[in-house]
Amino acid sequence: MTISRFAKRATFVLVAAALSATTFSPSPSAAAADTVDVGVLQSLTGTMAISEVTVKNATLLAIDQINAKGGVLGKKIVPIVEDGASDPSMFAQKAQKLIEQDKVATVFGGWTSASRKAMLPVFERFHGLLWYPVQFEGNECSPDIMYSGAQPNQQILPALEWAEQKGDKSIFLLGSDYVFPRTANLILKKHIVHDGGTVAGEEYVPLGGSDFSAVINKIKLAKPQIIFNTLNGDSNVSFFKQMAAAGLPSSKLPVMSFSIAEQEAKAIGPSLLEGSYAAWNYFESLPDPVNKKFVAAYQAKYPGSPVDDPMAHGYLDVYAWAAAVTKAGSFDPDKVRKAAVTLAYSDVGLGETKFATNQSLVQTGYVAQLEPSGQFKILWQSKGPIVPVPYDPLSFPGKTCVL
Amino acid sequence: MSESTLVVGQLFNGISVASILLLAALGLALSFGLMRVINMAHGEMLMMGGYLTYLSIGVFGKGPGFAIGLVVAFCGTALFGALLEVTLIRRLYGRPLDTLLATWGVSLILQQAARSIFGPIGVEVTAPPWLSGTLSLGGTVMTGFSIPGVRAFIIVLAAVVLGAVALIIARTRLGLLIRAVHENRPIADALGANTRFIDLAVFSLGTGVAGLAGSALSLIAPVTPTVGQSYIVYAFLVVIVGGLGSLTGTLAAALLVGVFSATAQIATSQSFSDVLLLVCVIVFMQFRPRGIVAQGSRALDET
Repeated sequence: MTISRFAKRATFVLVAAALSATTFSPSPSAAAADTVDVGVLQSLTGTMAISEVTVKNATLLAIDQINAKGGVLGKKIVPIVEDGASDPSMFAQKAQKLIEQDKVATVFGGWTSASRKAMLPVFERFHGLLWYPVQFEGNECSPDIMYSGAQPNQQILPALEWAEQKGDKSIFLLGSDYVFPRTANLILKKHIVHDGGTVAGEEYVPLGGSDFSAVINKIKLAKPQIIFNTLNGDSNVSFFKQMAAAGLPSSKLPVMSFSIAEQEAKAIGPSLLEGSYAAWNYFESLPDPVNKKFVAAYQAKYPGSPVDDPMAHGYLDVYAWAAAVTKAGSFDPDKVRKAAVTLAYSDVGLGETKFATNQSLVQTGYVAQLEPSGQFKILWQSKGPIVPVPYDPLSFPGKTCVL
Repeated sequence: MSESTLVVGQLFNGISVASILLLAALGLALSFGLMRVINMAHGEMLMMGGYLTYLSIGVFGKGPGFAIGLVVAFCGTALFGALLEVTLIRRLYGRPLDTLLATWGVSLILQQAARSIFGPIGVEVTAPPWLSGTLSLGGTVMTGFSIPGVRAFIIVLAAVVLGAVALIIARTRLGLLIRAVHENRPIADALGANTRFIDLAVFSLGTGVAGLAGSALSLIAPVTPTVGQSYIVYAFLVVIVGGLGSLTGTLAAALLVGVFSATAQIATSQSFSDVLLLVCVIVFMQFRPRGIVAQGSRALDET
């Protein structure tokens, strides 16, 4: 497995190098320029900046690495970085600016579902191409977006599969009150009941909420075997502190979190979270040698910074775009997206991945447990890469992704 | 654990939430209630208390660090409050809307300062070993019901702080002067009360209490640059519902809001109980615009 990964990686590099070395005949309009502009659109200020700045860093790292090897189609990639300011309407505005004014070849960016939903009409109107790096609730499929973050069946359902294999029948669903937790739990409920388990309870707390006394009381009453946690941001700190205070640390009542990665773990404090579980499609601790190189390269540039799933996806997106451009022989968004879904499996650190014809990423699901060091110990992985399903058949029967 | 335990548990939680609200609102009850200073930076005083506790734990270790942190947080924020009063608030008395804008600016500066000094992602404060246990209560109805040590501590602390502030105001010479200035500033001034000093003392005490509250709340909530924002709305709500200038009103409002939202959550979700609470508050304010305990004060007649 490792050898084949190496081989594939090596051929990819060789092909990229060979292509960049050959004198490619560019289209007449772009003949003069030996650079190509791409947009990088993340929140550099505001509440989301904590998470998104690092995705921007990982995206820029991939661009630097590709440029060091000669760029794409003989052109150096020039990133134009814009600030979405944690504000969906700002994302839409900046996306339009990047496409219309800067005439970028493609855009890498977005984090919250709200930012993606705000940018979607812009990309559809101008037929641009957006590479979206974060796991999300699915239920969306646009020809102008490449969804590299996990679909529900690649993160949430694998976690459920793992819990059921472990013997957990009674599951408590807890989330922040917005679209991702609501949709994720809708899907989870259908699958838990379908698999013969029971939903011990379902509770939502307003975004940023810090009082969990009532929720913990209800958890105590329901006596679940595991809690599936889709809380976002600082609410997690309050939740884990108050669970510990109530005599229910993760060691006593396991918690599976879907929004806590290495960075959040560092922010919340590993001692509070120790022993709790997380499900992602990438962990910094993945033994993959390609990942070791990625982590080393990132930490050489940003010493001491943890690397997490959305960052790895931001990094992957640039490589996938470059490979698709190379294969299409063009920067035209339409040709690039068509080429992107025909690429073979490759590995940039997440294990073998490729884009499926629905423009979402085929990727492996992992379940891991947090250690005192702040790193996750990988406990389980899905049987090979999982094919993405944007519309869960149990929850949204009859809906399919047609591009 | 049965349904009745849920009810008992929620009643306890109501008191626990009330104690948190009371701690968060007491400082504001002093500065806003007695002085009409709309201190938008009140939440940041709580935040500062949290960070001072974090620093004390770093210096003195986990066990004693927290106890020392409570004192450091009180003194540190009281000192900062005094500084703020002398340099800024003093110049804005009698112009409540200007204090609103100016202190909002202060709150932004403090948030950014915390971000620059400690980083945007919050710091770790965990309960000291002597507070991390739970008190279990056996018995018929109470089986399976236990009180987290941290919450019990916050309830006791809120009661002690409320008692201390009430004692200062009701029984000391300083308190007498505070009441006199509150009731009729020009006459108190004419009778020789040093109103400048009284203002300084009240504001400084208010921020100190906020710092102490922030220190205690760091046990159950995050310590981040923006944490103050999550308390400020509820703090104002409690002070206004309680009635400006009345500690009894503040206590009654905190209890009412805490127990109301906890009991509502037996039947519904937190989001919906918040909606219910705010609807009730709006209706209540229609009938009693001066709050639960309406104080007859000249300061109020003037504004």
